[in-house]
Amino acid sequence: MAESLRDLDYFSLDDLLTSEERATRDTVKRFVQREVLPQIERHFAAETFAVELIPQMAELGMFGANIKGYGCAGMNNVSYGLIMQELEAGDSGLRSFASVQSSLAMYAIYANGSEDQKKRYLPEMAKGRLIGCFGLTEPDHGSDPGGMETRARKDGDGWILNGTKRWITNGSIADVAIVWAKVDQGITGFLVERGTPGFSTRDIHGKFSMRASITSELILEDVRLPASAHLPNARGLKGPLGCLTQARYGIAWGAIGAARTCFNTALDYTKSRKQFSRPLAGFQLVQSKLVNMLTEITKGQMVCLRLAHLKDQGKMRPEHVSFAKRNNVNEALKIARDARDMLGANGIVNEYPVIRHMMNLETVNTYEGTFDVHTLILGRDITGENAFE
Amino acid sequence: MKILVPIKRVPDPATTIRVLPDGSGIATDNVKWVINPFDEIAIEEALRIKEKQAGSEVVLVTIGQSTWQEQLRTGLAMGADRAILVKNDGYLDPLALAKIIAKVAAGENADLVLLGKQAIDDDSNQVGQMLAELLGWPQATFASKVEFADKRVTVIREVDGGLETIAFNLPAVVTTDLRLNEPRYASLPGIMKARKKELKEVAAESLGLDLAPKLKIKSLTAPPKRQAGRKVASVEELVSVLHTEAKVI
Ligand SMILES: Cc1cc2nc3c(=O)[nH]c(=O)nc-3n(C[C@H](O)[C@H](O)[C@H](O)COP(=O)(O)OP(=O)(O)OC[C@H]3O[C@@H](n4cnc5c(N)ncnc54)[C@H](O)[C@@H]3O)c2cc1C
Repeated sequence: MAESLRDLDYFSLDDLLTSEERATRDTVKRFVQREVLPQIERHFAAETFAVELIPQMAELGMFGANIKGYGCAGMNNVSYGLIMQELEAGDSGLRSFASVQSSLAMYAIYANGSEDQKKRYLPEMAKGRLIGCFGLTEPDHGSDPGGMETRARKDGDGWILNGTKRWITNGSIADVAIVWAKVDQGITGFLVERGTPGFSTRDIHGKFSMRASITSELILEDVRLPASAHLPNARGLKGPLGCLTQARYGIAWGAIGAARTCFNTALDYTKSRKQFSRPLAGFQLVQSKLVNMLTEITKGQMVCLRLAHLKDQGKMRPEHVSFAKRNNVNEALKIARDARDMLGANGIVNEYPVIRHMMNLETVNTYEGTFDVHTLILGRDITGENAFE
Repeated sequence: MKILVPIKRVPDPATTIRVLPDGSGIATDNVKWVINPFDEIAIEEALRIKEKQAGSEVVLVTIGQSTWQEQLRTGLAMGADRAILVKNDGYLDPLALAKIIAKVAAGENADLVLLGKQAIDDDSNQVGQMLAELLGWPQATFASKVEFADKRVTVIREVDGGLETIAFNLPAVVTTDLRLNEPRYASLPGIMKARKKELKEVAAESLGLDLAPKLKIKSLTAPPKRQAGRKVASVEELVSVLHTEAKVI
């Protein structure tokens, strides 16, 4: 089998998982193996998202899996992380879809919405009948979302929104967009439903990364919203940042999945590919790369498991998440690039999953806080000096 | 209808199996354990029957150590109603297993025992047949289709050279083949629900059965490593090699 989802568990971390956590991981792994892998290269080539998978993912309980109540599975954060890991072992675009639906869109409503909003949206989103997206980034404001230009102004009871959001995952397939905008008091959030007059989307094409995921622009021109579309508890930048912490947590896990697929592929390949009359895996330089991959994946797994336990105990800080996202994605990207190299010419074709993961991980490195932005977050944390501006 | 589904815990078919140096068994460190795939098909079939016949109950049973609970929970997460763990530490041969299952089936008043045709670890393919004999019930092994009309069951079996259709009355024993169905996933909400379902433990000794093995595993050896292929020059040479060396013709 060219592509392998098999586990990599050098330090028997499985023993630290509960049987429920293992069962969750196994369900998602199987789903990816059976339903995703046979389709993924086709979607990647065509620049389409596998919308046909949404109902089954919903039925299996993958959306908002760590949210309690509102029709969500109510799993702990280890299970949530394992879901993300297995989805991304298939494709980062698939994990992105689940991250955005669960940790960005659903969580935004869960953490900032009124009870009415939660009841109206969350159960439908858990069932996959409503798709969400999260509009924070703008054409001119990425790492610096506080500089956003999208504005909301009061209009009687309701609001009028103007602005443009760019690089929005699921944008054009979303039924409801969480749009972050500035008001007089600072930043706050709105629920903009598809079809609202003045609201349109446009897909971004020509991507070399995340091709099996939809990325769009959201255009808001005098979009009139009722008072009920405002997220009442979203006050200031900590509204969107709280959601990003949730999503980044899942990304830290997801990166391990992508790295694991690259490692397994490179291991199988170099064991069977012979040059100079012996398997590539028999050469020291190749072994050195394989051992580095194994080491970094194992370290990443340990960080994530500890992070999950901290999160379940309510002790996780956003800086912990920055640490894990920054490290794991960066290492995954290096592993993918090494694996690509080790496959030689076969490393550039879609017969093997490696180059797809490699290109995807370039996005994962950039979105949800770039590697360098997380460096600044951690730098500020340990020095007390703000190096952002 | 009450359906009893006996399941076995086996190494994941995707794991590489290593035989212990002394041949007494396999190395179990780093082995991932799963429900025997044929038993998983049995669970799926039981759940489908239950979905069609209101008021049915699916009861799982396994015979092994406490750790085997994990596979029972997975079966409960798929949708089974409750589970029984018959605790036993040592080796049990197929006859002993059949005796235990027969006792449980009788105690539960089961209408149907649905189980895998074999377990993928030792591939014995005996428990179902022995069980039917012990219970004095009709049996259909290698089922690829199971249909009900009242208490009458029609089973299509996969046999050498084709399909055989047989019909009989409940209670009965049916063993499942690969093509019967494709098992569902244990959904995440199902996994959460399984937590609260009943899982009863019974000690094997308490059943009052003679479980002493009649079968002894003397030693295990790994299959010989596959030799690299070799090219032959002509059809004549091929035929001769197949005859004299491979001894297949
Ligand atoms: C496929 C894809 C999907 C996405 N999905 C979403 C989504 O669903 N919702 C959403 O809101 N956004 C989304 N994004 C946007 C993403 O979050 C941003 O691209 C990201 O925050 C970086 O912003 P930027 O692209 O404007 O880069 P910039 O902020 O312009 O950064 C460019 C470079 O400058 C560096 N840099 C920036 N500031 C500093 C500094 N102070 N010191 C040192 N270096 C600095 C960065 O590290 C980076 O290397 C997505 C992006 C992609 C590619």
